[in-house]
Amino acid sequence: MNNLEQRKFIVISSFVVIAIIFLMRLFYIQVIDDSYVSSADNQALRFVTKYPARGIVYDRNGEILVLNQAAYDLMVVPVLVGEVDTTSICSLLEIEKDAFIERMEQARNFSRYRASIFKKQMTSEEYSRVAERLYQFTGFYGQKRSLRIYPDSIAAHVLGYIGEVNQGHLDKDTFYRSGDFVGISGIERQYETALRGHRGREVLMVDVHNTVQGKYEDGALDVEAKAGENLILSLDLQIQKYGEQLMQNKKGSIVAIEPKTGEVLCLISSPTYDPNLLVGVKRASNYKLLSENDSLDPLFNRALMAKYPPGSIFKIIQSLIGLQDGIISENTGITCNKALVGCHNHPSAQNLRQAIQMSCNPYYHQVFKRLINRGEAKSYFEDSALGLDRWEKQVHRFGLGERLALDLPSLKSGSVPNVELYDRIYGERRWAFSTIYSLSIGQGELEVVPIQMANLAATIANRGYFIDPHLIKEPLSTQSAITWKKHNTGIDDVHFTPIVDAMQWVVDKPGGTARRARIDSIKVCGKTGTAENPHGKDHSVFIAFAPKDDPKIAIAVYVENSGFGGTWAAPISSLIIEKYLNGTIADTAKENRIFRADLISMEDED
Amino acid sequence: MRTRQSVFQDIDWIMVGVYLFLVAFGWMSIYAATYDEAHRAVNDMTQNHGKQMLWIGLSLVIAAAILLFDHRFFETFAYGIYGVSIALLLGVLIVGSEIKGAQSWFVLGPVSFQPSEIAKYGTALALAKYLSQYGARFKERKVLLTSLAIIFFPAALIMLQPDVGSVLVFSTLLIVLYRQGLSGWWFVVALIAVFLFVMALFMKQWTLQLFGDNEIGGTWIFLGALTLIVGAFYYQFRKQKGSLPIFSGGLVAMIGYYLSVDYLFDHLLKPHHQNRINELLGIVSDPLGAGYNVHQSKIAIGSGGFSGKGFLQGTQTKFHFVPEQSTDFIFCTVGEEWGFLGTLVLISAFIFLLGRIIWSSENQRSEFTRNYGYAAAAILFIHFTINIGMAIGLAPVIGIPLPFFSYGGSSLWSFTILLFTFIKLDSERKFVLR
Repeated sequence: MNNLEQRKFIVISSFVVIAIIFLMRLFYIQVIDDSYVSSADNQALRFVTKYPARGIVYDRNGEILVLNQAAYDLMVVPVLVGEVDTTSICSLLEIEKDAFIERMEQARNFSRYRASIFKKQMTSEEYSRVAERLYQFTGFYGQKRSLRIYPDSIAAHVLGYIGEVNQGHLDKDTFYRSGDFVGISGIERQYETALRGHRGREVLMVDVHNTVQGKYEDGALDVEAKAGENLILSLDLQIQKYGEQLMQNKKGSIVAIEPKTGEVLCLISSPTYDPNLLVGVKRASNYKLLSENDSLDPLFNRALMAKYPPGSIFKIIQSLIGLQDGIISENTGITCNKALVGCHNHPSAQNLRQAIQMSCNPYYHQVFKRLINRGEAKSYFEDSALGLDRWEKQVHRFGLGERLALDLPSLKSGSVPNVELYDRIYGERRWAFSTIYSLSIGQGELEVVPIQMANLAATIANRGYFIDPHLIKEPLSTQSAITWKKHNTGIDDVHFTPIVDAMQWVVDKPGGTARRARIDSIKVCGKTGTAENPHGKDHSVFIAFAPKDDPKIAIAVYVENSGFGGTWAAPISSLIIEKYLNGTIADTAKENRIFRADLISMEDED
Repeated sequence: MRTRQSVFQDIDWIMVGVYLFLVAFGWMSIYAATYDEAHRAVNDMTQNHGKQMLWIGLSLVIAAAILLFDHRFFETFAYGIYGVSIALLLGVLIVGSEIKGAQSWFVLGPVSFQPSEIAKYGTALALAKYLSQYGARFKERKVLLTSLAIIFFPAALIMLQPDVGSVLVFSTLLIVLYRQGLSGWWFVVALIAVFLFVMALFMKQWTLQLFGDNEIGGTWIFLGALTLIVGAFYYQFRKQKGSLPIFSGGLVAMIGYYLSVDYLFDHLLKPHHQNRINELLGIVSDPLGAGYNVHQSKIAIGSGGFSGKGFLQGTQTKFHFVPEQSTDFIFCTVGEEWGFLGTLVLISAFIFLLGRIIWSSENQRSEFTRNYGYAAAAILFIHFTINIGMAIGLAPVIGIPLPFFSYGGSSLWSFTILLFTFIKLDSERKFVLR
């Protein structure tokens, strides 16, 4: 009997053995293996991303250029999708059964437990119809996103567009997650960090039926989305819109700047496109249409990227450098000697004002010669090199040959030739003034982009300086350090008096090259140009500012393949100036002539 | 003979304390599992936690009543209670209600109970009484067979319902026979049987992986190894008389059993039992099908971590990811909300209670009380083992409750009766004449 009594130890021991096995197992699954924690979170917690509203973009008068419109992504969590009535969900979503199966497969391949996008960017109308019946399909839910909408369909090249992030964005900035939107061009890209705001997060608890059961830990882990900053641009919506209307059926660009501030009032590249095309699900196919199937290349921003020779407009810079360096005075007269360089028929310029007014080529041939060859070195070649070097530096101070500090991506710098360039082309010091004289009238190796010409107009309007041209009007809180620099050209303001007078004559005086830019009520100062085009008809160019004594607007207009600057570019400039300063157009005939002109088909007829 | 001052004088209050702790902890877990914003009231009678409150109250009444009984009642009426429970088991086969595929419930209006609960108690009493009368003659074949019959007659009736879980409970009463002198080798044989069963199922799987379609390969290798092992044991014991027939007979039996496992598995077990066993052994993995319960249960327990998510903070149990969470899978709530510390405390409390029952059983003068103590401990132990084992994926899914813990009036009452009968009998130990 005594022996059997000892069996209690065996019985109790076997209880303890079982308990130890249980505890070891529990220690493993509860403490060591943490995969159960994430499994639990994956099925009981739903991390809902709260997308911030992207910043709204206003023009200088508070009119809306870009705003948001709600769109919904239909999300799916494959593991929660049980028996699903394929036919009814397909008819609800208006997709084919095969497409449904394929998308579910993709979602499962991504993750069985995590949400992935099942159908992208449904409009509010589409989604509200779907949402009514969504309760029937567990595992599916809608996620609100916002898309851009452009009420006036203008300023596509300035505003740019947003698109889904690519691998490059994801690698570069940890802020982004797959499926996020990012500014790809224009203001959207330039001010991306301000516009995008901060994503929020909501952690919800869901039960086994995927029904939301409330906030996890009473919302302690939630983060409110912070909307992106609104931007106020310096653009004037009315002027931008008017300019785009004027440029219809023409290739070219308009850039207008407020001289005193450097604020860009309009920036037009024509042909343009409706920015609403590059929004939402059709973006990719529309982009393809615009980029591949349109010979006019509407996506190309001519105002910032098209390089032209400055042509006659450059004579203003030559005059100013000449005056500053004392090479000429406002009373210098030079014979129009067509043997030096071709010119149109006009009486010889008796003074600088006339030279500008009549845009005399031989006059500037001589001015440039005096600028380059000052007898500073014995060798004619060396003297030319010294002269060019000094001249090149002076030209750079007008904002040419370098990128302006404009707050838009993809801006070109144009080019101003220097000593090294000619040494490379012709051999070291194997060139002289006679080799490079076409620079005197703005041809040759000189290249500018239209905004640089508008900036030149602003510089003249300011009598000697310019402020970095820019599109943002109100400083951003996140980037409040933005300061726009003032650049002095090094030309004394007295030297501008004859230039400005001459520019007024260009517009107002009989015999001026831009009589079509005349506005009775406003003193407009301008200068025509013709950018030589080796591929076809020359480009019509005009720069101007007004009013003469207290300039409020400086402008450059390019109309490609339309010949002489006075014909098309000058009247377009004057219309913009008049609209901006007066709000209305007095001479509707002038306006209608421009509206009617179709310079693109005309070109085809050539 | 001492005179008693009070009915409650010699009661093992520590045991009562553990009981109260388990019941209270259980109620908290049920509350956590069913709690939601709309049903916060602890006495909300539309919810399990509200009803359990009532069941606990009634249990305490029952417990107090048992303590007031004359201790001779249990021994006197042991066979009577056993007889009544056999009658109820027969009755339930005829007029019982079928719930979840087993005809094992009497439903009387709002009250429903399982006669198998009473049968466990009745069998424990009857077995204890029989062995207290004939225990000395346990070596006699007649006594052994009668004891086995007392255990397995009700088990067979329950098998007809069918309710595999309860049958398993009855087989643990063999622990009582072990205490009475049944050879420990039978348990070794049982372990070998389980081992061979598992190996046979595994081998099918492994063979497929190792030998492709040649299903026989793995079987031969395993049986060869088995023969070698048995041969080695025989070599050790070859001098002993009669070892050759024992070992060779054993080997033949093992091989025969092994080869018939497939057949037994496919024909004796229902498909859902087969699935559960396959899932348990990892032969198939179907977390959305047969393995769903255990998969969710492990997620809930595993996500509790070391110290748990806190009372009422469990997301897995509260939001119904775990099925049967206030009954069979109540352990998940403990694991999730109280973490490893909680499960450690719970398991320790159970083992302490079981150990104390066994320990004090051995201090009895009455053989009836001692045998009854072993029986009660065995019944509680098997419930504890299977219930927690299945929740953590170490035992097949068999729907039996965790004593004192799981929601349900009839199971709570029967465990209360089972335990307090022992506490009553134990309190009388000083007044029993040897």
